[in-house]
Amino acid sequence: MTEEDQDLPGSTPDSGGRRRDTGVPVRLTRRSILKGIGISGAAITIPLAGVSMASTAEVPKPRVRQWAMIIDLRHCDGCQSQGTPPRCTTACIEGHLAPQPMEWIEVYEGEMAGGGTQFIPTPCQQCENPPCVNVCPVAATYSAPDGVVQIDQERCIGCRMCMAACPYDRRFFNWGDAPVPPEAVLADYSSRHQIGAKTGTVMKCDFCTDLARAGSLPQCVQACPNAAIYYGDLEEDVATNGREIVSFRQYASENNAYRLKEDVGTQPRVQYIPGHGELVGRDPHDEGRLPTVWPWVERAEGSVTWGR
Amino acid sequence: MGPMNEHPAEPLTVTASAVVADEHDPDQDEWVERLEQRVFAPTRARGLAYQLWLFGLVAIMAFGGIALVLQLRDGLYVTAMRDRISWGLYITAFVFFIGISHAGTLISAILRVSNATWRTPVTRIAEAITVVALVCGGFMVIVDMGRPFNLYQLWLHGNWQSPIMWDMMAITIYLTGSVTYLLVPMVPDLALFRDRLRGRVPRIQSWVYDVFSFGWTGNAEQKRSLLKAISVLAVLIIPIAVSVHTVVSWIFAMTVRVSWNSTIFGFFFVAGAIFSGIAALILVLATVRKIYDLDEYVTYIHFKYLAYMLLTTAMVMIYANASEFITKGYHAEEEDLFAFRELFVTDFAPFFWFYFFGGLVAPILIIAYPRTRTISGFVVSSVLVLAAMFVERYFIVVAGMRVPLMPYEPAHYTPTWNEWAMVAAGVATFLFLLTLFVRFLPILAVWEMKEEYEEQQMAASPEQAMVSNSATAPQPSMSVGGP
Repeated sequence: MTEEDQDLPGSTPDSGGRRRDTGVPVRLTRRSILKGIGISGAAITIPLAGVSMASTAEVPKPRVRQWAMIIDLRHCDGCQSQGTPPRCTTACIEGHLAPQPMEWIEVYEGEMAGGGTQFIPTPCQQCENPPCVNVCPVAATYSAPDGVVQIDQERCIGCRMCMAACPYDRRFFNWGDAPVPPEAVLADYSSRHQIGAKTGTVMKCDFCTDLARAGSLPQCVQACPNAAIYYGDLEEDVATNGREIVSFRQYASENNAYRLKEDVGTQPRVQYIPGHGELVGRDPHDEGRLPTVWPWVERAEGSVTWGR
Repeated sequence: MGPMNEHPAEPLTVTASAVVADEHDPDQDEWVERLEQRVFAPTRARGLAYQLWLFGLVAIMAFGGIALVLQLRDGLYVTAMRDRISWGLYITAFVFFIGISHAGTLISAILRVSNATWRTPVTRIAEAITVVALVCGGFMVIVDMGRPFNLYQLWLHGNWQSPIMWDMMAITIYLTGSVTYLLVPMVPDLALFRDRLRGRVPRIQSWVYDVFSFGWTGNAEQKRSLLKAISVLAVLIIPIAVSVHTVVSWIFAMTVRVSWNSTIFGFFFVAGAIFSGIAALILVLATVRKIYDLDEYVTYIHFKYLAYMLLTTAMVMIYANASEFITKGYHAEEEDLFAFRELFVTDFAPFFWFYFFGGLVAPILIIAYPRTRTISGFVVSSVLVLAAMFVERYFIVVAGMRVPLMPYEPAHYTPTWNEWAMVAAGVATFLFLLTLFVRFLPILAVWEMKEEYEEQQMAASPEQAMVSNSATAPQPSMSVGGP
């Protein structure tokens, strides 16, 4: 594992750069995590930072976060009310410098049994039994200890077996020299934030674990105008959409959350609360959303674009 | 199946004259001499047609080379494959070539193990097809890689959970096994070439014969080891060959896509491989026979028996298809319905129905109907079968990929010229390597044919002493079980 994987959340760096456990009293832990994943409610977090620094009595047993997501479809209107393409997709593209036509979180419009449609924002489902990981011949895609499926593009041979295996159409191939903005070449490569598209390799949603570690929420969560996406930690049983904090499991079960293609046995880490945007006033027969745009296509010289 | 028990329509060898079998029987010497000359003939052939043929093949390969260079420069962007149909013609050709490769080793090994002596003039070419097709199949899968130069990662970080690793292992073992299985029975013939062609061919060619005949002199001990080695190899190679195409099918079957995720896939791919392998063998055999005038050794009988095998396999294919479609279709889920509709009615219907009627039904009728049961009929059937099997591989790969996984519009795939150029180059490489094989190496198992001929003479003589005019009597070599 990389050095980054040693950087386990649940411990926070002290002033000397060493890490110490913060996780003994449950109350404190939860709050310090909330701080860790970027709840900027200063009134809660700032006083507790000091308290957590003091609690070092117990044997440090580092926690491994188990990142997970709940997407509340009752709040998702595909950004129809905003008059923009889905903001989650746009923010993801801009934050990851994702090449056209990759929509790492793609808002599908599914038909409902009773007529009308629902919007389904679909990131990589971060399966616990990921078919893509099983079939990768060189283990270039793997489940990290935090449950996130990552891709090491430097190792990828481009056989696309994972794309054949993924039941959610969530993997994207760099068919050519993809359009990325010039600044992408400056970014350091890490499988935690795949910046800099390498021709002949596969990319996908990385669940923004680098942002989570830095105390922030994923791009899509931050960008959602209706706060429909909750991001959190199964280990700590907590999730937030940036406005409220909930117990992950309680919130999921109280709202009848389900997972996509439950029957294929992939055990996704992304759960959905059924709906069609009704809580933000969307009529299910109001179909269609604006197409996604990639802002830097004109700026990327000598590159090519392609369709799905 | 009939062949083994069938009474032959005409004798395998020249009509044996009623002479006493003798060590220095002049007829026998003449027969052997003629056989050897026939086998040496290709090494001398340098006609204009041959040159043009080679030139044409090299030109096609060069064209494919240009396409390959462009692809290495620009990425797989030059193909029509995209995220939603992410495998296409290359994988089709890969599966097709691996299928063809079952021509040789498997068919030859089965015939050897079951002691079907009629196989003798057929095996060498069959085994050569195997090796050559495997090389071409490997080439097709490498050009499909996004980063072929990263392939060494398979050795550094191979993940044995992956069907691709299984595939790589199976194909590597099969290639090693079939090269060995081609080479070992060829040793005495290479020794013959070494002895008889020295000074008449370029030095390097002589040197190759010398090295690969491994000091064969034909003494009893060498012969005993050779026969033992061949029988062990023949038994070993059968499970390897079966595993190869099973594992190729598992690349597809291990996914959760509705058209692929099926338990019959392994069996179905093996059957398809044998099917297309026999067709390739008939076609190559007919061509080589025509060009090098081998009518005396490769006779109608051989084609007829191979055609019967083709017919049987065609029926197995129909059975496998029916079994698959009926079990899936009876309770069709939404995605199954989509897959069936595109296969039988919409996008892929022309392909499917060509495969079904052109590639399965027509060959069965041609072979079953006595008036078309001729070598030309068999050649036509084989061409149909090969075309149909390529098309079948194509719709398995592409139609399977096309079934939408999420609510999106199904994608479309029309291969680009780059892909066609590369596949054409693959076929040209196949023919080129096969031509080189025929040109430089013994195309018939001379030593085995000689032995059989001698045994036949021995066996035939006493009978002929009793029964005069025995020209129409069944040849011993055609009987069940052989010697």
